[in-house]
Amino acid sequence: MTSALPGATASSEAPDPAGSTGSPAPRPAAGPARRRRREGPVGSAVVPRPGFWYILPAALFFGFFALVPLVLVVVLSFTAWPGFGDPQFNGTENWERLIGDDRVLNATRVTLILTALGWLTQTPVAMAVGVWAAGPQRNRAILSSVFFLPLLLSAAAIALMFHRFLDPNFGLAADLGPLIGFPDGNIYGTPHGALASLVFVGMWQWVPFHMLLYQAAARNIPRSLYDAATIDGAGRWASFYRITLPQLRNTIVTSSVIIIVGSLIAFETVLLLTNGGPGRATQVLPLRMYMAAFREDQLGYGSAIAAVLVIVGTAFSLIIVKFSGFAKMRSTLEGM
Amino acid sequence: MTTPSIPHLRRRGFLGMLGAGAGVMALGGTAACGDDDGGDGGDASEFDVWVLQDENVNPVSQQSLDRFNEGSDVKGALVPNPNDGYRDAVQIAIDTPQRPDVFFNWGGGSIRSYARAGLLEDLTPYLDEDPDFKNAFLQSVLDAGQIDGAYYGIPMRQMQPKLMFYNTAVLDDVGASIPTTWQEFLDACDRVAAAGITPVALAGAVSWTELMWFEYLTDRIGGAQVFQDIAAGAGQGWRHPAIAETVNTIRDLVDRGVFGTNYPSVQYEAGGAETLLEQGEAAMHLMGSWAYTNHLGADPDFATGQLAWGPFPPVEGGAGDPKAIAGNPTNYYSVTSESPAKEAAIEYLKQEMASDAYVQDLIGIGDTPAVADIEPFLAEAEHAEYLSNIYSMVVEAPTFQLSWDQAVERAQAEPMLEAMAEVFLGNMDAEGFIQANEDAAG
Repeated sequence: MTSALPGATASSEAPDPAGSTGSPAPRPAAGPARRRRREGPVGSAVVPRPGFWYILPAALFFGFFALVPLVLVVVLSFTAWPGFGDPQFNGTENWERLIGDDRVLNATRVTLILTALGWLTQTPVAMAVGVWAAGPQRNRAILSSVFFLPLLLSAAAIALMFHRFLDPNFGLAADLGPLIGFPDGNIYGTPHGALASLVFVGMWQWVPFHMLLYQAAARNIPRSLYDAATIDGAGRWASFYRITLPQLRNTIVTSSVIIIVGSLIAFETVLLLTNGGPGRATQVLPLRMYMAAFREDQLGYGSAIAAVLVIVGTAFSLIIVKFSGFAKMRSTLEGM
Repeated sequence: MTTPSIPHLRRRGFLGMLGAGAGVMALGGTAACGDDDGGDGGDASEFDVWVLQDENVNPVSQQSLDRFNEGSDVKGALVPNPNDGYRDAVQIAIDTPQRPDVFFNWGGGSIRSYARAGLLEDLTPYLDEDPDFKNAFLQSVLDAGQIDGAYYGIPMRQMQPKLMFYNTAVLDDVGASIPTTWQEFLDACDRVAAAGITPVALAGAVSWTELMWFEYLTDRIGGAQVFQDIAAGAGQGWRHPAIAETVNTIRDLVDRGVFGTNYPSVQYEAGGAETLLEQGEAAMHLMGSWAYTNHLGADPDFATGQLAWGPFPPVEGGAGDPKAIAGNPTNYYSVTSESPAKEAAIEYLKQEMASDAYVQDLIGIGDTPAVADIEPFLAEAEHAEYLSNIYSMVVEAPTFQLSWDQAVERAQAEPMLEAMAEVFLGNMDAEGFIQANEDAAG
């Protein structure tokens, strides 16, 4: 546990025939020119970049399935296109319309609310269950595999299942509704009930995955830290706040990025569970995009909304990574 | 530490390359799109008929093609498509050489943009020059398929007007009868509600069910012309006083508890509004004629014993004709204008779509075809009473209003349905509703 970069130790040490300390002979002659290496800040060792060919498959895949469609979407956003015939360029018309469109504004508001609620509900639950499941006890192992099950179901199946549960006359909502403040079972017929249903279903569906992240991370925390804390007189809660939580920092960032970006583009659950209703109370931005493009036959305008989604999603993840210090790639095990 | 032996890739350069590549591909893509307009591939010795996959209807369609092919050099071939994605398949193919020659559609909004782009054959001349062919169909149904005053579709399946369904057991229990006027309807609602039962089932989780109330109330209050003006205009038609009165009437119905309290959560599919009617948890239901088939499937005893049906009641003092109906007039066959075999395709429609054999086959699978003078065939069918009633309802109707969401531009349909849901939720008044629709149109 001496490397500053635990993840990179294998690659930085293995392919090093002329290691910096191993064979001193050619070094003075070769000098900095051959090395082409910049002097980084103190403490950040230089890691060799892998060669071009290693990333070619991934690059091609990314190029074809992400970058090309992305560029096409941006191009389409400057056209009027009903889905057949040739797209007609119409300048910035779609973008000007987008700025003043109160349905898009409403969808943006709903998306941000859902994203915030999704993060606020999923993170604490996933962390609590994950840390709990990291314990070595047998019952925890069994229960955590049970908790894991929802992740195996398809999102469409989950949405349709809850759709049925929420029927106010013949579903669970008729029995459970009165207990949670909906006396006639009218849960997703009300704006806040529909929003709450989406948050709940999102939690039910995604907490298992994030639980798994936290479980793995919590198992990686060295035992010696807790031992030291115990010697210093820390109780369970103090250990959690002073050791577990800081040690999970990178996992929190990873999980948060996945939750937030995932919530921003959540689509099929909304489509199948509430279809944006009642009225347009749960019409999120991806659903608005889908409606504009495929129900209203305005693929150009839908593409403009899609482009906004890409920009917002990328901006969110960049901001999180920047302000959380995640980009510094510092291990939580530094100094151990 | 180490020196890479392979020249490493600089990030900026790599992204630049990918971006350039994508740009080239994008240009290539649009250029390829532009090439389609030239000479058409396609084969003049055969025409494809695109239909939905349906184990009941497909054999009927195949038999009609077999009859036609016997006497024709140009042969027709049936191409069944899966229901999911059919619209997309048509949309993608319609302006390419892979286009169908004849294709199934729903009329109205489902083909309007193709018709306006000149992709569909205008069938008006063919109908005009052959009055026997034109008069073989119910004129209100044929007219409902018009786009900008021209015919683009020939009726090929059943008619689906919307009508009221009643649970007579519930009405009898509370001492009400099937309402024949708006006032009787309101009285029946009050009696049913007083017995603790929801008067009218409404699957308010989907707004197309709420749309039906707008269609019929506007028609009964203001007459058929009100919506025809809306559909033909650019939004100003929504200012007709009948629209505001419709909105106010609906808000009044909601406030009276006519639809109960939890209707915004009620679904249309299994376990939804129709089940409420079957189980006596609601007394009335406004739905398309297909509901009868659903009731037969889900609860045959109810469908044959306690289920009654009738036209939407007339509103006292309203300008509308009590016999006017709304709904999905029928499904249509349209012919693509670029089809090399379109003459043969149209000949097929002329020969078969109103033929006795085709009509009898359709009635055999439970359809009510939009063909004139077929009462004798219907009288012999299973469930003859229902089919005959639906048929005469359409025959006697002065107008058959295509569902509003199909009749207006696609871009206006979604905002309209959303606004209707807001009215039913009590979030929008008449002025707000009119404004929302005007905004969508403008």
